[in-house]
Amino acid sequence: MGLNIVVLAKQVPDTRNVGKDAMKEDGTINRAALPAIFNPEDLNALEQALRLKDANPGSTVTLLTMGLPRASEIIREAIFRGADGGIVLTDRALGGADTLATSYSLAQAIKKIGNFDIIIGGRQAIDGDTAQVGPQIAEKLGIPQVTYAEEILDLGKGHVTVKRRLENGVETVKAPLPCVVTVNGSAAECRPRNAMRVMKYKFACSPSEMANKEERIKEIIEKRPELQIKEWSAADVDADPAQIGLPGSPTKVKNIVNVVFTAKENLRLEDNDEALENLIKDLIANHTIG
Amino acid sequence: MANFYTDNPDLKHHLQHPLMQKIVELKERNYSDANKYDYAPIDFDDAMDSYDKVLEIVGDICGTTIAENAEDVDHEGPRVENGRVIYAKGTKENLDLCRKAGLMGMSMPRRLGGLNFPITPYIMAADIVSRADTGFENLWGLQDCAETIYEFADEDQKKRYIPRVCEGETMSMDLTEPDAGSDLQSVMLKATQKPDGSWVLNGVKRFITNGDSDIHLVLARSEEGTKDGRGLSMFIYDKRKGGVDVRRIENKMGIKGSPTCELTYKNAPAELVGQRRLGLIKYVMALMNGARLGIAAQAVGVSERAYREALAYAKDRKQFGKSIIEFPAVAELLSNMKCKLDASRALLYETSRFVDIYKIYEDIAKERSLTAEERKEMKHYSKLADALTPLVKGMASEYCNQNAYDCIQVHGGSGFMKDYACERIYRDARITSIYEGTTQLQVVAAIRHVTTGTYLSLIKEYEQQPVADNLKWIHENLKEMTSLYEKAVSKVTEANDTQLTDFLARRLVEMAGNVIMTYLLLSDASRNESFTRSAEVYCKYAQSEIAKHSDFIANFAPTQLELYHQS
Repeated sequence: MGLNIVVLAKQVPDTRNVGKDAMKEDGTINRAALPAIFNPEDLNALEQALRLKDANPGSTVTLLTMGLPRASEIIREAIFRGADGGIVLTDRALGGADTLATSYSLAQAIKKIGNFDIIIGGRQAIDGDTAQVGPQIAEKLGIPQVTYAEEILDLGKGHVTVKRRLENGVETVKAPLPCVVTVNGSAAECRPRNAMRVMKYKFACSPSEMANKEERIKEIIEKRPELQIKEWSAADVDADPAQIGLPGSPTKVKNIVNVVFTAKENLRLEDNDEALENLIKDLIANHTIG
Repeated sequence: MANFYTDNPDLKHHLQHPLMQKIVELKERNYSDANKYDYAPIDFDDAMDSYDKVLEIVGDICGTTIAENAEDVDHEGPRVENGRVIYAKGTKENLDLCRKAGLMGMSMPRRLGGLNFPITPYIMAADIVSRADTGFENLWGLQDCAETIYEFADEDQKKRYIPRVCEGETMSMDLTEPDAGSDLQSVMLKATQKPDGSWVLNGVKRFITNGDSDIHLVLARSEEGTKDGRGLSMFIYDKRKGGVDVRRIENKMGIKGSPTCELTYKNAPAELVGQRRLGLIKYVMALMNGARLGIAAQAVGVSERAYREALAYAKDRKQFGKSIIEFPAVAELLSNMKCKLDASRALLYETSRFVDIYKIYEDIAKERSLTAEERKEMKHYSKLADALTPLVKGMASEYCNQNAYDCIQVHGGSGFMKDYACERIYRDARITSIYEGTTQLQVVAAIRHVTTGTYLSLIKEYEQQPVADNLKWIHENLKEMTSLYEKAVSKVTEANDTQLTDFLARRLVEMAGNVIMTYLLLSDASRNESFTRSAEVYCKYAQSEIAKHSDFIANFAPTQLELYHQS
């Protein structure tokens, strides 16, 4: 039986290779200096989705991303690696969203997709590191969530078994379907782009990219629906304007500072309970904690 | 994250050679597959863009996983358990990645599951893979054998075996035996036909690269009582049938990740390919030509890696208060490495383009009869491919050995330690001038193109090409070099002495190679300024080489052959 799998992904600035010009003077990200990439843990999520697809013939893997129109780049990337298609949720009104507004918007898009069996996303994005969007989507859709997944072990009738990577070990849990699974970076790496798929899908594009294509390419795309990456606006997903973008985001950025950690004081403790207790007392006394 | 395709603009330069237009149009039969296959190109630009994008995948996998695994694979190597080869962990990972990326059966037609790539972009992939891990290039590059099945097997065999190769099953060519190395006419592995018409194989093969492959091409003696090459036929052995075991694998100096096997055949069922008796004289010769081009690509990949390692070290290493690259002696080493790399790569792709054209014509001839013009062209390119294949195999493999040697030299004492990649490169390079025919055997294949004038007529063609003003001096020097070459050739042919020709053959072949490669670099530099330096440096190098050979030949008396007689 084929599954309807939705993969949540985000196009992020590559914060792993940060140069001197990565941040502007006002403390915001200089996007021009950082290449936009497929969020690494979302690639781990994609691999889990593709494995489910391999094991369940007839399944479809649909990417869902929210961002600028150019986020269709990561959808193409996912298609080259085995996904069936995708949707870019893009709208000026969605800009400036915090995790609450983002998860609301994505949940609305998922409702529009409808009829999904499982939603898989990366644990967190490397630009925000919040790990909140996946769980919030599960809450908004009223379905269970499994976080820190390292491997989807089994997907049977109405349930999924997942191995979770926790701080001090692993845990195997079983959850009813549909549910949200967020995948850890320790999960299997995503398969590479496939040569034949790259040739087959290289013209895939969204309506906003279509405008810049040559006529001969446009004709091909119009004839082949599998090359059409969808673009949805806030209105397309029936989003309440008060709950999206800046108006829907209670998180307000007050200030951004570049924190450079430096070691000022050192304290060496003996390896026993007494030393630890004294430390805690000291920290409470000087109001570091408590 | 390195990408071994995009970090090397020289590759794209060669991919975009003007002759590609013709090659792609022929290969794609005017893009007629576009109606049948959604991944077939609609026009030339589309096809070229696809090659580019697929090579980017190759470059990505090579620059990350395959290159990173190379050291561990070299240490761990494969092993044998119960007659089966177990690859090193990294090798398994590399193969798995190549399969998932769909990089197997690249040149096979679409109807059999392939990508329908011309030889040129396929060879470029081999060049890239070898830079990452030379030993792994063997396992991946043995997909070449599918070409032989495609050319000579029947339709049923093609349909049963080629799709499996495209899906990622590996291949091997089982030719060598304990007493049949360079001299394959002595192959003894016995093929016996049973009353029902089927064949079984019995005997031993040795030095078989990837000998535990899924699909083997086997050279065996089908005609009892015969002793020469005309008694040999070509067979396919399918591992799924059983009957061939790996007795041991060799402990080699280099390419340690690539298992070199001794095989025992015990009533192994096999299928005849093509006609009996044509195994060696037709099929293996074709197979070898493809394999030689593959080794040339492997050698160029080694040269690239050696040059890059040496360059990086020479920039980084400081002695006497400055980077060692600033010392003329080191700078010359690096300049020569780069120009030999560029020269051999230019010859590699010139050869692959010639191979492409004649092979595509051969394939078209199976669908319809060629026009007189097409037949003439096919013959022309076939002859050139025949002349350039041993030349590039011989020279690129010798150059990669020289580059690997110089790479260690640049590293000094550190290069002698196991800590740097250069010692592995040095060991891996060594085999390229030996297998698929030693350099000496390449000379045997190439010398007739010296004596019959194939090289000279090609040189004369190159001489007519337009040259940018700043490169005119190279062109002038080339004319002098050509004249020295012609003098040397005349002296040897006029003597009409086989012993003398054999003795001086290598020098003559190298002279032809020097001239041809200088012309190719001149043409590269005319199209792309970034090759100017290499064209100039290689011209200086070629001039001195030609002067040396020319001098030796001019001062050599046939009676002096005695001096070299060993007993």
